[in-house]
Amino acid sequence: MTDLPATEGAAPHVTWRDDVRRLLRSATFDVGAVIVLFWVGCALFGPSLVPYDPFADDLLNSLLPPSSQHWFGTDQLGRDVFSRVIVGARDILMIAPVATLLSTFLGTALGLTMGYFGGLVDEALSRIVDAILALPTVIVALLALTALGTSATTVLVVIAFSFAPVIARTVRAAVLTEVGCDYVAAAELRRENTLYILFVEILPNVLSPILVETTVRLGYAIFTVATLSFIGFGIQPPSPDWGLSISANYGMIGGGFWWTVLFDSMAIASLVVGINLVADGIESTLND
Amino acid sequence: MTDALAFENLGVAYRVKGQLRQVLDGVTLRIAKGEAYGLVGESGCGKSTAAFAALRYLPRNGVVNRGRILIDGQDIGQLSPPDLRKLRQFSVSMVYQDPGSALNPSLTVGRQLQEVFELAAVPRTEWQGRVEDILARVQISTPSLVMQRYPHQLSGGMQQRVAIAMAIASNPTLLVLDEPTTGLDATVEAEVLDLIRDLRRDLSTAILFISHNLAVIARMCDRVGVLYAGRLVEEARTEQIFTAPRHPYTAALLGCLPQAGRSKDQGKLATIPGFLPSPGTQITGCVFAPRCAVSDDLCRSQEPAFVHQDGRATKCHYPERVPDLQRAVEAPLSRTTAPDAKPILQIETLSKSFAIGAGRQRVLRDVSLTLGLGETLGLVGESGSGKTTLARCILGLLRPDNGSRIQFSGEALAGTTTGRTREQVKSIQIVFQNPDSALNRSHSVHRMLSRTIGLLIGLRGAAREARINSLTTAVRLTDRHLTALPRQLSGGLKQRVAIARAFASDPQVLICDEPTSALDVSVQASILNLLAELQATKQVSYILISHDLGVVRYLSDRIAVMYLGQVVEVGPAEAVFAGPHHPYTAALLSSVPTINGPAPDRTRLTGALPSTANLPGGCVFYTRCPQRVPGLCDTTAPPQVALAQDHSLACHLPLASLPRQPPQ
Repeated sequence: MTDLPATEGAAPHVTWRDDVRRLLRSATFDVGAVIVLFWVGCALFGPSLVPYDPFADDLLNSLLPPSSQHWFGTDQLGRDVFSRVIVGARDILMIAPVATLLSTFLGTALGLTMGYFGGLVDEALSRIVDAILALPTVIVALLALTALGTSATTVLVVIAFSFAPVIARTVRAAVLTEVGCDYVAAAELRRENTLYILFVEILPNVLSPILVETTVRLGYAIFTVATLSFIGFGIQPPSPDWGLSISANYGMIGGGFWWTVLFDSMAIASLVVGINLVADGIESTLND
Repeated sequence: MTDALAFENLGVAYRVKGQLRQVLDGVTLRIAKGEAYGLVGESGCGKSTAAFAALRYLPRNGVVNRGRILIDGQDIGQLSPPDLRKLRQFSVSMVYQDPGSALNPSLTVGRQLQEVFELAAVPRTEWQGRVEDILARVQISTPSLVMQRYPHQLSGGMQQRVAIAMAIASNPTLLVLDEPTTGLDATVEAEVLDLIRDLRRDLSTAILFISHNLAVIARMCDRVGVLYAGRLVEEARTEQIFTAPRHPYTAALLGCLPQAGRSKDQGKLATIPGFLPSPGTQITGCVFAPRCAVSDDLCRSQEPAFVHQDGRATKCHYPERVPDLQRAVEAPLSRTTAPDAKPILQIETLSKSFAIGAGRQRVLRDVSLTLGLGETLGLVGESGSGKTTLARCILGLLRPDNGSRIQFSGEALAGTTTGRTREQVKSIQIVFQNPDSALNRSHSVHRMLSRTIGLLIGLRGAAREARINSLTTAVRLTDRHLTALPRQLSGGLKQRVAIARAFASDPQVLICDEPTSALDVSVQASILNLLAELQATKQVSYILISHDLGVVRYLSDRIAVMYLGQVVEVGPAEAVFAGPHHPYTAALLSSVPTINGPAPDRTRLTGALPSTANLPGGCVFYTRCPQRVPGLCDTTAPPQVALAQDHSLACHLPLASLPRQPPQ
């Protein structure tokens, strides 16, 4: 027997850096990332960049169509729609990602528990998960918001709780294949504690599906926040939030004032599409 | 007469990231009509590429960039798509390694076979009859029943028969068999190999038989080609290859095999240092030179020609040096002490059953075994005999049924790891079968070792680092390997890491569950040497689970033969191999092909392993035993017969009728 070189005869070493490099080469991901980064930039720096104060009424100039002065026109109160659309990214981009992250943490913990313990624990938790999944998110949200009062925190918590079961299911499925692996038995054979097995042994090996699921959920979260704002249970006036603006102005589409609704709708759509493109990019890179 | 298959200076490359990587280079071989030609070599040598090239069925990134492939004198590289289809329809067919995935799970066996005749434009009225004929031909006794089954309802051996039936249905000129028995149990493998031999007698089909298993090739083929790094390095008639190899690689491969009768007390196994060059590397000189014991400057600078002489060929500058190679046997291992009679592990009436639907499946029934200090106990039996379940019960990963008793150094062991003391847990460890599953792919080697040492021995800081270093040295890893993740290591290195981890806590009992089944023979040899050496220095007791009887024979002092969750025979390794032994042991032994050719009269088993949910009454082996006594064996459980002080078996047969190994 001789000394054996480290890497010969084995697959070339793939680091996470290589993964990132491949991800950046994916056109789907790049397009999505540009869209999402654009809106993140708007949320962060929008207020100091926009030409008009998004909150300033100017009743003399209300409902002006798009022009060189007001690119997206003005609304009922004469506020500049362009400035409002740019700054409107703020609230939704605060609430949706935080809610998604929270649901990821919850769902991951739940999924790891169900997958690792199996048996009765899995049965019981799975039924609860099924029950939550059976209820439409918006109905649950309406109930909770009515009971707890409308606030950004409530929206956040409601979304976190109603998305966690979906993530839990994904994680559970991934964990089930890992639990069959002998490294879990090896950990048990050195009397490793359960938390270590769950979070240090198993979790790193199921990160890819979690990452994909989280990104997909973020798209849904954006949509849910916008929906709740639209029906008046989400972000409250005078925020320039997109859902809220659409809700305030959609009655006037019949009067030909399309610009008060169109640009906000396009903003929501582009953000959701952008996030989904990012998710697709990540998924196809990880599955290669 | 034209050859059934001819490769003329064949080169095949795969395009990977825009670059061509040569996997076959200048391979020239001919297979005459009706001849069986074996292609051997370790994984990564290009065997399967050769098989797929012969059917012109390379993966999309594969190209034939040199030479020609002729089937029946026809250059298949020149064929138009319709002609190629016709070729695959009538002239060549292939049997793959895994019949479970080669058969369509949603079509019945009959329907799938029928397609062959449909394509061959056989009139519809004849289909049924032809399908029944072909199934009968692969020795399926109830063709009409099997036809209605779906593939998943058949055992692995039956599935492979169906796949073979499908391949020979068109009576092809060439049949390519790619590792056709690799996934099967030894007894089933033997049946399938028998079948292929029988078929060869009636058919004029030429066979290209691809296997990593030298013994299987020895048994099946007329001529053998040895592939190394995409080059054919030697070609000769089977008996010549195995008795007098003329290429150092062939000789080295044969030296790695734990051959019949070899045991660890007689010396180490030969190994091949170094690694296969990765595909696409530029090589000047002989491909094998860096790993060759007789190479010199000429070998490293000039590629040897493929020289034909006396009807055989070798690609070596110094074929005359090869015979000296084989005689270089290392000195035997000196054991510090002989195996002690004092048992370290005692297993009494161990049972394990699983609830399956309404019933219970009894996977282990009243297993009683003892393991002596510093001794190796080999566990053999077909898959489904309960070997791995027994291991998991001993480890405490599975809780045995009530009434089972396991004693370690005289103290009773709790059913699960959580109920055992740290001392007990650290003393009983395992080397798992598949290192890919046993090593956490996101943890570095250092982390795995230090975690085990920290938790089970309680060492911290410098003392822990020192222990990690001594462990890695013991299994011949270097410091560089410590920071590596499993995927950066080759299969052999991964198994070394797994062994290092198992030894990290200084166990007294180490279970080795098929420790080398995922490895090539040259790597297997170094792992077996390592295990033998560690045992000699550390006084560990092994429980060795393996389906490879050569491996079991090499390492074991005693052997227990398991069948359907019961130990049917236990005794010293030599006595169990030589006999008199249990009829099941005889069947197992005779089903293993050796490179010395087949045993003259093989004990054949009929039927499949019964399910443990409805065990036969009386002797468990009754349904398949060639020597069963009706009226006795099927009703009454056999008594334990002690043949010698340490050798006992469960059988009704009188001593004189028990089978023995024929003298070699």
